[in-house]
Amino acid sequence: MSARSNILNKLRAGLAGTTPRPDEFDEGLVTRPWQYAPEDRITRLRSLMEAVQTEVHQLPAAQWPEKVLALLQERGLNNLLYAPGTAHGQVLVNYWQQAGAKPELLAYDRPVDDWKEELFWRVQASVTSTVGGIAATGSLALWPDRHEPRLMSLLPPLHIALLNASEIEDNLYTMMQKQNWSAGMPTNLLLVSGPSKTADIEQVLAYGAHGPKELVVLILEDR
Amino acid sequence: MNQRIPVTELSDTFRGRAKEALADDQLRTNFRVAMDSLMQKRADAFPDEEEREGLRELGNRIKARALSRLPDLLEQLEAKLTENGVNVHWAETTAEANRIVHSIIESKQGSQVVKGKSMVSEEMEMNDYLAERDIECLESDMGEYIVQLDGEKPSHIIMPAIHKNRYQVSKLFHDKLGVEETDDVNKLIRIGRETLRQKFMEADVGVSGVNFAIAETGTLLLVENEGNGRMSTTAPPVHVAVTGIEKVVENLRDVVPLVSLLTRSALGQPITTYVNMISGPRKPDELDGPEEVHLVLLDNGRTGAFADAQMRQTLNCIRCGACMNHCPVYTRVGGHTYGEVYPGPIGKIVTPHMVGLKQVPDHPSASSLCGACGDVCPVKIPIPELLQRLRQENVKSPAEQPKVKDGGAKYSARERAVWRFWRTLNTRPGLYRLFLWGATRFGKLTPKNLGPWTENHTAPVPARRSLHDLAKAHLARAESQHTGGQS
Amino acid sequence: MTDLFYDAAPNATRVAPERPKPRHYPDKPAEVILFGTCVMDLFFPEAGLDAIRLLEREGLKVHYPQAQSCCGQPAWTSGYVDEALEVARAQLALLDNGLPVVVPSGSCAGMFRQHYREVFADEPDTLKRVESLAERTFELTEFLLHVCKVQWQDLGPPTQIALHTSCSARREMNTHLHARELLAGLDNVERLDHDHESECCGFGGTFSVRMPEVSGAMVLDKTRSLRESGAAEMVTADGGCLLNINGSLAKQKQAFRGRHLASFLWERVSGEVRS
Repeated sequence: MSARSNILNKLRAGLAGTTPRPDEFDEGLVTRPWQYAPEDRITRLRSLMEAVQTEVHQLPAAQWPEKVLALLQERGLNNLLYAPGTAHGQVLVNYWQQAGAKPELLAYDRPVDDWKEELFWRVQASVTSTVGGIAATGSLALWPDRHEPRLMSLLPPLHIALLNASEIEDNLYTMMQKQNWSAGMPTNLLLVSGPSKTADIEQVLAYGAHGPKELVVLILEDR
Repeated sequence: MNQRIPVTELSDTFRGRAKEALADDQLRTNFRVAMDSLMQKRADAFPDEEEREGLRELGNRIKARALSRLPDLLEQLEAKLTENGVNVHWAETTAEANRIVHSIIESKQGSQVVKGKSMVSEEMEMNDYLAERDIECLESDMGEYIVQLDGEKPSHIIMPAIHKNRYQVSKLFHDKLGVEETDDVNKLIRIGRETLRQKFMEADVGVSGVNFAIAETGTLLLVENEGNGRMSTTAPPVHVAVTGIEKVVENLRDVVPLVSLLTRSALGQPITTYVNMISGPRKPDELDGPEEVHLVLLDNGRTGAFADAQMRQTLNCIRCGACMNHCPVYTRVGGHTYGEVYPGPIGKIVTPHMVGLKQVPDHPSASSLCGACGDVCPVKIPIPELLQRLRQENVKSPAEQPKVKDGGAKYSARERAVWRFWRTLNTRPGLYRLFLWGATRFGKLTPKNLGPWTENHTAPVPARRSLHDLAKAHLARAESQHTGGQS
Repeated sequence: MTDLFYDAAPNATRVAPERPKPRHYPDKPAEVILFGTCVMDLFFPEAGLDAIRLLEREGLKVHYPQAQSCCGQPAWTSGYVDEALEVARAQLALLDNGLPVVVPSGSCAGMFRQHYREVFADEPDTLKRVESLAERTFELTEFLLHVCKVQWQDLGPPTQIALHTSCSARREMNTHLHARELLAGLDNVERLDHDHESECCGFGGTFSVRMPEVSGAMVLDKTRSLRESGAAEMVTADGGCLLNINGSLAKQKQAFRGRHLASFLWERVSGEVRS
């Protein structure tokens, strides 16, 4: 007998004569306490994210490439990882050319295996999109794909995330229902709620554990 | 500080280890401070009692529903994951699970493994198993890394190195990594970051645990703050997740309340920095992520607990650690005293099914049944009730066929006889009153030494007259006054 | 959440019981039974008598069945189910007459109200009587506050006290709330908080002799925080905790002591001063 059938048989024996419990999921319990007026969503998201050392800026949608450049310059950084196959990647490239921006743009256009060392140690910053924000917990939802790979939001010490103001939802439940997540999950779906951190030594909070040391969220006013 | 006793040299009984821990002032301070802060953080994270209780009830029912269909959900999970390109393996024992993990690593000629935090891999003692086969298995959670570096085991399921303070960590890093000593926690973390980043890059295989496995979508959900879990599951070419069979939930939406309960109960956070949902290996046109993903589903005694409807509730556990944070026993003796992978109240009720009561005979009795654990459990496991049940199983004679693995570990004919006598005394009023008469009359003869009780107390001296006696006299007087007044 | 569904199979997957609804209290009866508890019987009989006096003061006729002994809790929590069952059965028979039962110890009251259901789980016929007893069982402070609705005049001198509540009494009987409210009604009594007030004193019945080192560490911390609260004395509505705390204080040769809440209350409202 295989481990699989042994385990399943034992479990089935334990349930002999019983009926499955009904689905009593009460969505009110995960939505009602976490509802906000549209104008309050940004405020709540900001305050929660800022409480965990995230830098948040709100700006007209068209201005984000300029802001990204300014963020790099403030920090004296000289490269930026971006996703060349995305619309925002193209906007970034165009702006960089127009502005004659100095920081080197690094296109994530080949498998990680081809340039692992560089990705792990040389890249200083990245900019990625998000598929929305969550006001209740101060979170970003990232949906990496072949154009915008997973490691972009993990390896660089500075991660800049673009968030459309109109895509901030009240809570996680509302977001997954609206975007119908269960119909098809990507390889990796992420909620990100700040720069990486740890409190494993004496519960003292330290940022920049293994992922980004800094997270900057640009909320784009797109309405 | 330097008197700390390495885990391997600890006494072999709970009481013995507890004595050693209680004598270690540094350890006691480290735990008291940490647990007080964790309790406060949880309280702050649930400001609205009504909301908290509603969510706990929902969490309880989601887990109960999943358990009531567990075999079906495991099959559904397997089918969905397979469809998504994940290899699913089943293991009844930790030895089997280790063999599976090892054969995966071997098939890739791997020699370096990085591991995100996983309590199941602790159950398996995977690090040791792989080390014996010349495979380096490095912990990457900061706390786990510290503990591994010192040749110890975690003392808390969420905060593995909570028993150490910064000076102890600094000394450890100095001794093992050759870095300068520092009392700056940020510097210590930076040292860990730099050391481990190289390992993430080089690793052949990443190992992780799973917080929730979602049957509906074939998704493995992991929560974490450090990013080491994402690193372990994204950077190496192969990802192996190990988890207990009880971690499966039915629907994606079920994790909404469960994640909220988990992060708020554990650390008082509205959410962890990362919620990492993995539904498959790198697709052909994707540029990163592991090319292979494996899931090992481990039994290790869980089907034994499952067979008993009362003990089945132990499988509700979502490993938040709130029960230990609120436990007055854990707070005083720390995690290592429990001598097993899972410490604290939850450890007392899950460990017997894994290793048998003979190995942990004192676990059920090491509780005052104060109930703090049950009050805070996010999925409403009736921990005190289950401890009481384990005590029953623990004192059964072999003829009574204990229902928990290696039950009857504390069976004693002598102790049973004492309780029989106690029963006789308390069911025969005449005998009981005779006992009261004797105890009150000869109370002064109470010996000064009453064994364990008089280690902490003076011997209790019975009153000169019992309440039975006083009440009888008092009520008779009241009665006569009453009737006297009437006539 | 309501239980939409009930699977009666013995191996059905369990859910947590519904949260208890706020208790509905009856009008003040004419007669009550006092269940003295075994610890009070032997070690704090005067406090038991004070409980009777407090009840009589409210105009109640108090019965003290001489056949009572112990609620069965020590055997139950130690895992000796058969022994607990027989002792519980004897008390149940004694308390079967429909009168309210007042218990001056929260954990014993909780045994009647919560745990007899588990003790007699396999006896459906007995369970009806168990439910009736649960309905009629009141912890002393609860009974004085919500059934007698006492309005007291505090005749004692100004004092500061600390209140300790047993864990099971707090969880199963809300005794901490009742005791606090009663004390708040006394003009000259100030209740001081102490550090880690809701933490267990370390008694836990047989726990205190099975794990004396851990239990000892707990009671040492408890007595320290009680002493450091600045209170003149500690009061509690539970005999087990009192035995533990006072025994530890005596061992430490501390002058600070605790006493049963019933005695404290009787002194305040009767004006009787004891040394």
